[in-house]
Amino acid sequence: MAKVTFNTELCKGCGLCVNVCPKKILELAKDKINQKGHYPAQMTDQSQCIGCAFCATMCPDCVITVEK
Amino acid sequence: MIVFEKPKALADVPFHYCPGCTHGIIHRLVAEAIDELGIEGQTIGVAPVGCSVFAYNYFNCDMVEAAHGRAPAVATGLKRSDPENHIVFTYQGDGDLASIGMAETVHAATRNENITIIFVNNAIYGMTGGQMAPTSLPGQVTQTSPYGRDPKHCGYPVKVCEMLSQLEGPEYLERVAVNNIKNIRAAKKAIKKAFENQIQGKGFSLVEVLSSCPTNWGMTPQKALEWIDEAMIPYYPLGVYKDRSAE
Amino acid sequence: MAEKVLMKGNEAIAEAAILAGCRHYFGYPITPQTEIAAYMAKRMPKIGGCFLQAESEVAAINMVYGLASTGKRVMTSSSSPGISLKAEGLSYMAGSDLPALVVNVQRGGPGLGGIQPSQSDYFQATRGGGHGDYHMIVLAPASVQEMASLTFKGFDLAEKYRVTSMILADGTMGQMMEPVELEMGEVNEHDKSWAVTGTKMARKHNIINSLSLNSEQLEQQNFERFERYKKIEENEVMYEEFMMDDAEICVVAFGIASRVSKNAIMEARAKGIKVGMIRPITLWPFPKKALETAAEKCKAFISVELSMGQMIEDVELAIRCKRPVTLCNRVGGMIPSSEQVLATIEQVQGGLE
Repeated sequence: MAKVTFNTELCKGCGLCVNVCPKKILELAKDKINQKGHYPAQMTDQSQCIGCAFCATMCPDCVITVEK
Repeated sequence: MIVFEKPKALADVPFHYCPGCTHGIIHRLVAEAIDELGIEGQTIGVAPVGCSVFAYNYFNCDMVEAAHGRAPAVATGLKRSDPENHIVFTYQGDGDLASIGMAETVHAATRNENITIIFVNNAIYGMTGGQMAPTSLPGQVTQTSPYGRDPKHCGYPVKVCEMLSQLEGPEYLERVAVNNIKNIRAAKKAIKKAFENQIQGKGFSLVEVLSSCPTNWGMTPQKALEWIDEAMIPYYPLGVYKDRSAE
Repeated sequence: MAEKVLMKGNEAIAEAAILAGCRHYFGYPITPQTEIAAYMAKRMPKIGGCFLQAESEVAAINMVYGLASTGKRVMTSSSSPGISLKAEGLSYMAGSDLPALVVNVQRGGPGLGGIQPSQSDYFQATRGGGHGDYHMIVLAPASVQEMASLTFKGFDLAEKYRVTSMILADGTMGQMMEPVELEMGEVNEHDKSWAVTGTKMARKHNIINSLSLNSEQLEQQNFERFERYKKIEENEVMYEEFMMDDAEICVVAFGIASRVSKNAIMEARAKGIKVGMIRPITLWPFPKKALETAAEKCKAFISVELSMGQMIEDVELAIRCKRPVTLCNRVGGMIPSSEQVLATIEQVQGGLE
């Protein structure tokens, strides 16, 4: 099963990963902010992840690690 | 098994770039190429003046910070110091490479200097707050072209790859973009090839990367990526402009 | 004693650089120093070195910047208008603490000026030339022998203190032919742990950089640099005293002006005038103490220069304006004659009586 982890403190909440996810299972957090003051990206349903790494490829801040 | 992580050649330092700025993607692609080719220990990078001025903090290889526009000349010195062992790349923006450093760029190219140049074209001066760049598009509104760039008044954008392709010197010129997955993959391939060329002693390899500047374009990160497709690529077509070994 | 060879001043610089272990030269043609480039173009390929003609002085100094970053010996040479173009690079090299040797075979200015000898880049050289607080070690040869030996020494001092050394010569010194002894001795090794040569994955990356947005840190870097400058001022001042034992008038002159002055001083001595000379060999650091000491005995000073009076300010500062200083000069490519210097000496002597 694919696993996506976020180095949340590096995230600037730009949302590019959210838009590029083919399964639409990423979102920007609405109820938490990181130390830099951004709403970080997070996974809504890990079970649907196919490990395509589009999110990590699109992320400008090396926030995302993908395992398969 | 890890299928994607931050490349080893990037330092454990957060980028200072604005949210959604694609400099970070390009940094990562350069670092991935360095990792895959196993050349970090012999690589020396040259940072420019501009938004990527702090690039020297982000790569784990040896780094030099150059004066504005002078990176190709500095890289020439670094390369000529030990041509067999030094792998030298510059990372330059459009103001740095195509305006103040045009002479250094053209002459490094015509000498076929065996270096790799990563040229980030985002059609604006980012660090100083969004002024007109040599690559700003006709009609583009910037801080110093508030009524839109008027070619009758301040000329046309510089098409670097097209221009350099007229020279006999350079080995490899390609324009890529980092605004979607497909383009990012092509950009990665081009950047890696630009390093491979140097390792093989083929000579001057420049990859122009169309990049976004959401902050100074006044767009959301997503809209900025779309603007690359809608406005930049039609003016700056992607593709290989010169590949001497393939000819 | 080693054999002497007859050489042109410019060629003596080039050969001495090679003897000092310099294997990289970057430059752009400009009169009257092009012999240095021509010599390097011929010699470097034969000894595994690299001569590269840059597209501009700006590019040349930045190639020097890149090469110096790798810890190897490197040089460039130019003449006045070209040095102005290199000023940006000189400032960056100072800010990044890079050692290199830069030669300025001066010509008359300002602007395009002429191509005849001058010393009117004294301010530019001794005050740094570019922006920011910094100094270069400025060496002023007065013979072809010194063109060689000061070049050799200039490389050593540059590495020892991580600064740029400048040979400040002029068109006459560059074109002059004299016998030279090229036995220069051993090349000293200096610490290069700061250099960028690839990490070999065995150390943290080195960064060559002059940017520092943290004001406190930038201030500290300036303080540290000026500590080194202080050591240079304490240890590296060079000058020659000529007939100073009983001198009542002290001529101060460097380079070609000092050669003319020597003749004038000997003629004045023949007329019974007690005159001597202090010839600064390092223009920065300036031989302040020697002049201060001279001011205790000498009643008047004469600054002989190929400029509108630049070094004279350093002479006045060094002696704290305790004695009158008279300027004897020609400019625009003209050289003061020994008759002119003698006349000035006699005039100053007249004022003392």
